[in-house]
Amino acid sequence: MGAKMFGARVARLEDPRLLTGRGSYTDDFHLPGMLEAAFVRSPHSHAKINSIDTTAAKAHPGIVAVYTAADLPEYLRDMTVPFQVPNPAISQPFQQRLLEDREVCFAGEPIALVVADSRYNAEDAATLVEIDFEILPGASDCKSALEDSAPMCHADSANNEGAKYTVGYGDVADAFANAHLTHREEYWIHRGGGFAIENRAVVAEYDELQDMLTIWSATQSPFLVKQNVVDMLGWESDKVRVIAPDVGGGFGPKTIYYVEEALIPLVAKELGRPVKWVEDRRENFLATNMERDQYWDMEIAVDADGKLLGVRGKMIHDSGAYMPWGIISPYISATTLPGPYILPTYELETRVALTNKVAVTPVRGAGRPQAVFAMERLMDRAADKLGIDRVEIRRRNLIPTEQMPYALGLIFRDGKPMTYDSGDYPKCQAEALRIADYDGFRARQEAARAEGRHIGLGIANYVEGTGLGPFEGATVRIQPSGRICIYTGGGDSGQGHWTTLAQVCADKFGVGVADIDVQKGDTGKIASGVGTFASRIAVNAGSSVHLASMEVREKALKVAAHMLEAAEEDLDIEDGRVVVKGSDLSVGLAEIARAVQGMPGFSLPGGVEPGLEATHYFSPSQSCYCNGTAVVELEVDPATGWVDILKYSMAHDSGTLINPFVVDGQVQGAVAQGVGNALLEWMIYDDNANPVSATFAEYLLPSAPETPNVGVVHIESPSPINPLGVKGAGEGGTIPAPAAIMAAIEDALSPWNVEISGAPITPSMIVEKVRAGA
Amino acid sequence: MSDRRTISVTINGETYEREVETRLTLADFIRHEVLLTGTHVGCEHGVCGACTILLDGRTARSCLMLAVQANGHEITTVEGIAPNDTELHPLQQAFQDNHGLQCGFCTPGMLTTLIEFLGDNPDPTEQEVREAISGNLCRCTGYQGIVAAALDAAKRLQGQETAGA
Repeated sequence: MGAKMFGARVARLEDPRLLTGRGSYTDDFHLPGMLEAAFVRSPHSHAKINSIDTTAAKAHPGIVAVYTAADLPEYLRDMTVPFQVPNPAISQPFQQRLLEDREVCFAGEPIALVVADSRYNAEDAATLVEIDFEILPGASDCKSALEDSAPMCHADSANNEGAKYTVGYGDVADAFANAHLTHREEYWIHRGGGFAIENRAVVAEYDELQDMLTIWSATQSPFLVKQNVVDMLGWESDKVRVIAPDVGGGFGPKTIYYVEEALIPLVAKELGRPVKWVEDRRENFLATNMERDQYWDMEIAVDADGKLLGVRGKMIHDSGAYMPWGIISPYISATTLPGPYILPTYELETRVALTNKVAVTPVRGAGRPQAVFAMERLMDRAADKLGIDRVEIRRRNLIPTEQMPYALGLIFRDGKPMTYDSGDYPKCQAEALRIADYDGFRARQEAARAEGRHIGLGIANYVEGTGLGPFEGATVRIQPSGRICIYTGGGDSGQGHWTTLAQVCADKFGVGVADIDVQKGDTGKIASGVGTFASRIAVNAGSSVHLASMEVREKALKVAAHMLEAAEEDLDIEDGRVVVKGSDLSVGLAEIARAVQGMPGFSLPGGVEPGLEATHYFSPSQSCYCNGTAVVELEVDPATGWVDILKYSMAHDSGTLINPFVVDGQVQGAVAQGVGNALLEWMIYDDNANPVSATFAEYLLPSAPETPNVGVVHIESPSPINPLGVKGAGEGGTIPAPAAIMAAIEDALSPWNVEISGAPITPSMIVEKVRAGA
Repeated sequence: MSDRRTISVTINGETYEREVETRLTLADFIRHEVLLTGTHVGCEHGVCGACTILLDGRTARSCLMLAVQANGHEITTVEGIAPNDTELHPLQQAFQDNHGLQCGFCTPGMLTTLIEFLGDNPDPTEQEVREAISGNLCRCTGYQGIVAAALDAAKRLQGQETAGA
């Protein structure tokens, strides 16, 4: 009997392939006769198109076809990308056309598609497409965009408000009227993009003999791609197969369906040859969705002990020019704000602004880092004003674990009332402080100050809805060789699904993870699927693997009972064999799998259905809520504004752990993205919404020297709403980072009374604040 | 109309003679002409480091070089690091053992960069490792597993040398 796999620190099965250059990412496909595509994109944030001339482009050597909107089949010319997640709060749900030929609304919007024998020739010809633009003013800053004098994002709109809604509960006005202390403050929080190192990419091949279209896409959501291809192009579902091969990072933006994923399959079928398009980094900056600005105008009310009475305010969210993912991100922001605290009353009005920029859709954290920033800053301010320690005010307000499950009074983005399913928030905060050596910090700070060094400590808590439905499925099949294969719908962009899903399955058959294959992200391998986003695979696919494995195990026992002429209750499964307990009688899974393939003319043993396999689609009753605490100790150089993170501590509760090794990696990676958001990453636009920071020389990602090691302590509060007790783990590290880092910078610079109410903060901004406080 | 030259480049011990456009980048030559797709392209402006290869034993960004510039040179790519088809190089093994990769896209550039670095500095500090990979972006790992892998690999490689001496 092998060692227990579930919960073990197992090294990843994925790695040897990827370490030796044998991965297969979308750009690695070289199909016979394959053509390559390049896009002509709007160089302006907002413009009317008077005319497009493709004559010169078509005459360029190597060019096979040039498409503008007018060259598309008629039914597609005005079709827009299907609206994925409608909501009655959305008043102007603008969606992108495949190719635009009337009015472009962001720099990067596709206008023409050039297909050539090589990418080089396609790009040459793309520069020869002549477009007569009439440049229009662009709506840039989302706060200004909602003012009466703002230029319209879409020329024919009456205003730039895309959606408006209010969430909340309780009598906020009464809470504020009776408060001991209130504090109001405005926050600006900029959240960057995903910037996976692999850009987006699509390869499509139409097989005329089989009337089958196969699409390889660097996507997190192959089933979403398939559904949209079917819906937009009107093809039969069983004639379209979408495969997410190795995907070089996702982080949210690759969840969304893009027009390129409709156009490349379309032209591959039209031209009768495979077509590849690989986004370059400039296109990625211009045309891949990101997150951006939110403005929060917030007020907190507390009693004399620092107990929360209420929070109220208004938030403005930059949506960009289109709303492919509706209001998911700002809605998550609004519902994340109360966090782990007993907040008796709450009200937030959100206005979603249309701006002439690429669409905002979730990036790792998905609206939560912004909300946590607002709430944690308010907590810090209330503590400071009351003269209570910032840690202590939190401790006084945390929901005690005895109150779990805890109904918040809000409806989450899954349409279900928000009920925190489990968690021990006081313990989580205490553990983070313990590994951060919080008790010793003030002495360290004093000693540092005596040396003229300025160190500070910041803390931030969060609760995160994870494991969202509707479902994810898994087929578990024992092959005639005895090898186990798992099929699941969501793609893998680095999460290690092969390893972790194999761990869920292995113990049911007493095998090691190396005896199990996992094929993921292929619509040809399982009937239904959703995708890898919203920290949902462990919960949904993991539970499905568990349930399907149990069913296969039961079937194996039933068939083996017939084969061994033994009672089922006398059987067990060890090392991939069904054994009669206390005897040396056994039968291998391979033999059982062959037995249920049947023999011509004979009945199946035990009257079972053929095949040693089962499929389950786990659908959670609601989200499960992960939580965590970040404690950051850092040093600031007041002369240069440089921030050096000395010690980053994180207590993280994502329920039961399948593989702590993998979860550590998720937390560490997520923290790095949070550090980037706090100190480096800033997508800058000019006043007309034209992008200014569209290279990695201007938009700074965290590199190794400025990224801290993260000390992680895991709290395991099993979720009661799925069979594994797991919760999502992919995003938690990012969420509290900007809040905790800003708090620590303030603490370090307390001699100058520095207050920070925005993110990111750059060295020059810090120097300015120090000078203002001197 | 395009300018073409015949070049001869040795990659992982095998010599490839090809006629190429003079404007073809070395990365595209390696990936799309020789079909060694382990070398990745992430930014095409020399910042992300995913395309890093070893040219005559020194790191180079293959997205910033033309294929014709590699004429007559020897290149090692990620496919050429492991000693054979079944074993991993100690650095690769250390990456697996320390969870030094997630999506695997930056990994080839990390490996080639660290091969050169550990050759120059067999007993590095953590800070030196961080500086060494400061020109390679990773969005998945937060670098922690990569740094741990590099330090672990340094020990393994030193152990190998001691054992061989």
